[in-house]
Amino acid sequence: MTAAVVVWRLISLAVAVAFVGLWQVVANAKLVSPVFLPGPDRAWAALVRGFAGGELWAKLVGTLQHMALGWLLASVVGIALGALIGSSRAMRAYVAPTLEFLRPLPASAVIPVAIALFGLTEAMALCVIAFGSIWPLLLATIHGFAAVEPRLYEVARALGLSRAAVIFKIALPSASPDIVAGMRLSLTVALILSVVCEMLAGLDGLGHWVLLSARAFRSADLFAGVILLGAIGYLTAQGMTAAERYVLKWRGQGH
Amino acid sequence: MIADRAKPFVLPLVLVAAAEIAARASHLQSDTLAAPSEIAVALAASAVDGSLLVATRDTLLSAFAGLLIGAAIGLGAGLALGLVDILDRALEVTIEAIRPIPSVALLPIALIALGFGYRMEIAIVAFACVWPVLIFTRAAVRDVEPRLSEVARALRLTPWAKATKIVVPAALPRIFVAFRLAAGIALIVAVTVEIAVNPLGLGAAIMTAQQSLRPALMLALLVWIGLVGFALNAALVLAQRRLFGRFAPVEEPR
Repeated sequence: MTAAVVVWRLISLAVAVAFVGLWQVVANAKLVSPVFLPGPDRAWAALVRGFAGGELWAKLVGTLQHMALGWLLASVVGIALGALIGSSRAMRAYVAPTLEFLRPLPASAVIPVAIALFGLTEAMALCVIAFGSIWPLLLATIHGFAAVEPRLYEVARALGLSRAAVIFKIALPSASPDIVAGMRLSLTVALILSVVCEMLAGLDGLGHWVLLSARAFRSADLFAGVILLGAIGYLTAQGMTAAERYVLKWRGQGH
Repeated sequence: MIADRAKPFVLPLVLVAAAEIAARASHLQSDTLAAPSEIAVALAASAVDGSLLVATRDTLLSAFAGLLIGAAIGLGAGLALGLVDILDRALEVTIEAIRPIPSVALLPIALIALGFGYRMEIAIVAFACVWPVLIFTRAAVRDVEPRLSEVARALRLTPWAKATKIVVPAALPRIFVAFRLAAGIALIVAVTVEIAVNPLGLGAAIMTAQQSLRPALMLALLVWIGLVGFALNAALVLAQRRLFGRFAPVEEPR
């Protein structure tokens, strides 16, 4: 990192701090009713209070759990199905168009159907989150498997590799950039659907917390929840970037 | 041997037929499932009595209004950030702090500030649509062929003329891709907001159908929402090909 980058980063940080200051001034002057807009001081106090009482911790863990379970389920099923469909030309011809047709369907539209099947339960949330976040991953995996360099398959045949060996030694590594990109999109979808499911089903989590706070007009608690959700979105995206760099490190060399 | 053009239709037809046979054979009486024929009847009935069209209009109205507002903000901000390097660097932390907030998290804020109805839905859709357009526009503006900037300098164009005559036309194909992605997001967010709280449009209709235990109508609305999403995407892909032809970027950046 050069000095110029550090300086610009600091300036950029100062600008962000200035915006928070502006927010404080607007809130203090009551330009916007405090019912809707608490100052950053009140939001921060609510955040500290929530964590001290343990309540926000429980909600944070709840949301992370919903998100992680749904995302992991989607990842396992999505990569397996994607590998199955993507590695066979016949499967691609018959199945892929149906999947492409289903892709633009808003995942939240299956929530009522899931509620009818499972009730307002954790199982419902898991199904909806997994269903919604499987699409980007599934289609990316299919694409990754379909785009494997055909000559690599010829090499595999010449070496007499088994089908499992072909998948794990050739197709999966070759498709890994697509798969990781799909997993990143899935993670975003999983967070959004976790919040929606918590709001609708009253499951323990930040989605429920922010909605309840809004209904009770406790705007400081509401903003504390929104800030936490933003932090989750930011940190998971950063984690994914780090994981992406780690997993795909080998591609940087000699390609 | 099945002709290649028929292959995509085999799986859906088999699934629908299997569902119909299973429903008939088991004399299905359920609060959650319905035979495909019943779903088709429910869809037709709700189209005839007009409720489907009203709900579709409400959803699309909110989605498009939010899309236009969000895309306009994203376009303006993206142009400004792409053209003025200092601005881009100074606002980096601010943007990175706001962008990861999931759009639905703003739902409660919009709810207490704006109440139920079109306005809060439009506000949330607009927030969600700003980001893809902003990011794509900024990247597209930065990648404009540097020689075009030299031309602008040689012609002594004002910054405004440079933006409108050179930068925007050169970046337009990629900006349109962003607009297409944002349109998909707009529909998804609109339906999600309606399902979660807003008593309006297709999302509310499908929730009502579930709560009143009318599975055929519920599934019919699910099919319809899928069709609307598919049609919207297909129309925009077609528009992209027509407008930009071979200049249209095929690949969707991530």
